[in-house]
Amino acid sequence: MKKQIATVLLASSFTFAALAESQTFDFKDPKGVNNAVFKLDAPLEAINGSANGISGSVNFDPENPGATKGKIVVATSSLHVPNPMMKEHLHSAQWLDVKQHEEITFEAKELKNVKTNGDKTTADAVGTLTLKGNTKDMTIPVTLTFLKDKLSLRVPNLNGDLLVIRSSFTINRSDFGINPGAPKDKVSEEIELTLSIAGAAAK
Amino acid sequence: MRRILQILGAAIVLGAVVTWLALGANRGWTKTTVPVKIVDEVTGLEGETYKDGFVPGVDFLAGAVLTGGLLAGVSLLFSRRTKTKS
Repeated sequence: MKKQIATVLLASSFTFAALAESQTFDFKDPKGVNNAVFKLDAPLEAINGSANGISGSVNFDPENPGATKGKIVVATSSLHVPNPMMKEHLHSAQWLDVKQHEEITFEAKELKNVKTNGDKTTADAVGTLTLKGNTKDMTIPVTLTFLKDKLSLRVPNLNGDLLVIRSSFTINRSDFGINPGAPKDKVSEEIELTLSIAGAAAK
Repeated sequence: MRRILQILGAAIVLGAVVTWLALGANRGWTKTTVPVKIVDEVTGLEGETYKDGFVPGVDFLAGAVLTGGLLAGVSLLFSRRTKTKS
């Protein structure tokens, strides 16, 4: 009986230790550097734009990066392209329908092929991407960089750690109902996405 | 009136070409905001923000040429003034 109790206590302490090590990083960025860049090929010039309305949180344990989970949210209305008419089209019901679908989300459920070298971890994040109300399972490559005790350099008088996430991947417009009728020789079917974001965990 | 419309049409086209060349001869679409790169030295992240700025593109040129052509066309509706000696 004593042995069983000891085993349970030991297991509990390990679980507690594991939980204690995991930190929650908040990706709301007061500096406005966090951004998602998108690119679609088109005949005259590629449609390039970015979004900086990023939020979300990620649970990351520097001792066990493979256990990382979290959700990143992009405010659809923050998507910007330099041509005003193009932006109007992009936000319209035919394209992203900003009024009905206010958020684009990626929820990471697990990491695969995890490789850690120092503070840097590369992996494939398995999760779901929700865009314009359509949810699709996706696996995307991610690079996580853990910057211990660097939060105060970014936000004075606030101690803590930073987690930088970078990812580049491609999605198909029609998979998410983004103007599926648009001719592919006028606007490419593929959308290239690049995410460069940093989250903070204050201590 | 005919001459005025023709001069106005030519001035619009010429003005648009000069503006287009002066503002970078952008062969893409017209832009009303321009990207500004921002770098976070702590994380090494490079972000993009936009500031107001006008960069005319080929649609701006096409609009000017169309307007100039339209004015030149309309000018043909006015008869040429002939001076008569009295």
